[in-house]
Amino acid sequence: MKGALPFLLLAPALLALVAVFVVPIATIGRIALYVSEGSGAMREAVALDTFRTLFADSFTWELTRNSAHLALLCASLATLIAYPIALFLFRTESRFRPLLAILAVAPLLVSSVVRVVGWLVVLGDQGLINAALLSLGLVDRAVPLINNWTGVVIGLTESVMPYVILSLLAGFGRLDRTVEEAAATLGAPPWRVFLRVTLPLSLPAIALGWLIGFVLSFSAFVSPKLLGGGRVFVLATEIYDLAMQAVDWPAAAAMALYALSLTLLVLAAYTVLTRRVAA
Amino acid sequence: MIFRALVIAAYGFLLAPAIFVVAIAFSSDRFLTFPPPGLSLRWFATLFEHEQMMAAMQRSAILAAIVTTLSLAIGVPAAYAIARLRFPGRGAIFAALTAPLLLPTLVVGLGILLVFFPYGLAGTWPGLALAHLAVTLPLVVRIMTTAFATLPPDLEDAAATLGATPLKVAFRITLPLALPGLIAAAALSFLISFDEVVISLFIVGPRLSTLPVEMYRYVEGHTDPMVAALAVVLILLSISVVLLVERLVGFTRTVSK
Repeated sequence: MKGALPFLLLAPALLALVAVFVVPIATIGRIALYVSEGSGAMREAVALDTFRTLFADSFTWELTRNSAHLALLCASLATLIAYPIALFLFRTESRFRPLLAILAVAPLLVSSVVRVVGWLVVLGDQGLINAALLSLGLVDRAVPLINNWTGVVIGLTESVMPYVILSLLAGFGRLDRTVEEAAATLGAPPWRVFLRVTLPLSLPAIALGWLIGFVLSFSAFVSPKLLGGGRVFVLATEIYDLAMQAVDWPAAAAMALYALSLTLLVLAAYTVLTRRVAA
Repeated sequence: MIFRALVIAAYGFLLAPAIFVVAIAFSSDRFLTFPPPGLSLRWFATLFEHEQMMAAMQRSAILAAIVTTLSLAIGVPAAYAIARLRFPGRGAIFAALTAPLLLPTLVVGLGILLVFFPYGLAGTWPGLALAHLAVTLPLVVRIMTTAFATLPPDLEDAAATLGATPLKVAFRITLPLALPGLIAAAALSFLISFDEVVISLFIVGPRLSTLPVEMYRYVEGHTDPMVAALAVVLILLSISVVLLVERLVGFTRTVSK
């Protein structure tokens, strides 16, 4: 009886995990091998037709480039902007630190659709930035900042920033204040302390933060879809369109597997690299 | 000095959407115009009279309550077993139960559609509630495993020594002690279900749609301050949950990937 207790307690959770995670992921793998027969119909099979079509289509490569490009840009921007916040939170002894830490991470718990609405307000044709530019006479007509790549990059950068901040904070463990103080005492100006001590010591944290940013941007869906206004095509938006608009499930499943394996590849490359650096 | 300016600018960028959406929600104008020509509450009134949105909000609240109850009922015993009992494969089971957090929700959503649709579960209450478990259950298991693991075992031992049955120990000692974690887990799982959009987009039906999905579709079609007013309502909900969780178990510790 005693040996059965852990099992009894775990069984419902494991069953739920199988139903909403294991079986769905396995089903993606299975249906990717079906053959699509157009207009929503598909034939049960074990065939690579779908993958063949997928890789023969130049659009797939364009989407891959777009996704990679977007993730590269957003991860880099997010890391760049998140770095000062994380460094500040790591060092500050202000009594407002808890509040400032919450402010940095709280956007995580604001729905992605809400954040898109926020960016529409800031970036729209009559939004904050265009109103400012127009009233300053810097432009004659509103600059299109949404329904294009610009809007997607800005919105997505902001939406992955909290995760990047958290990873940076987690990785800053090796950053020792006394080493910086030693460099300063020995006569290094602040910028030099930063470039020669702080930055090199925080490189592992930067790498981790950037990677998290990349992986999340690569699979992001809501920002590219809504801020792109139907003009921005990445793997994630295409997976959704294939499943819901074209109702071509084998194609959607195959593309999801393809996107997922690209993500895993990036993660694997990162693990190998960090091992090599650590060794 | 330069550093301070950079920090403030970075915060400005991060919080800009939330700050300005609040400003525009109180606009008297018909468009998202900056600066608002006047202040008014008309868009909040419009929102509260918008039957479709209000019905969706009610559905989402009911759904989130169901999902939270289910996640706690399933997740808390599992977390207890992982944190307190000794059995082989504990680490692996914990990793498996929290694994869905690592995969893109888009892929999880697609998988759930492919499985649920043939069984007629798409666009139904049970279907939506089950689907949301994919994101809330791993979170509950993670929070509660930490909560149970950090409890001092002495009190439970004492109660057991004094003759309490294991069930009594669990309900009279362990659960009350873990109450802060429980409330935090419940609040987070409610919010995550209430806000969930990607998985829901795959499996909502024409007659059963959630608030985030309705909002997503509204934004696709048009932008007016009503959707900003809705955003403000949702931001207020998020802030309350964040503050509650911070009070109980520490927010940044709980949400890190």
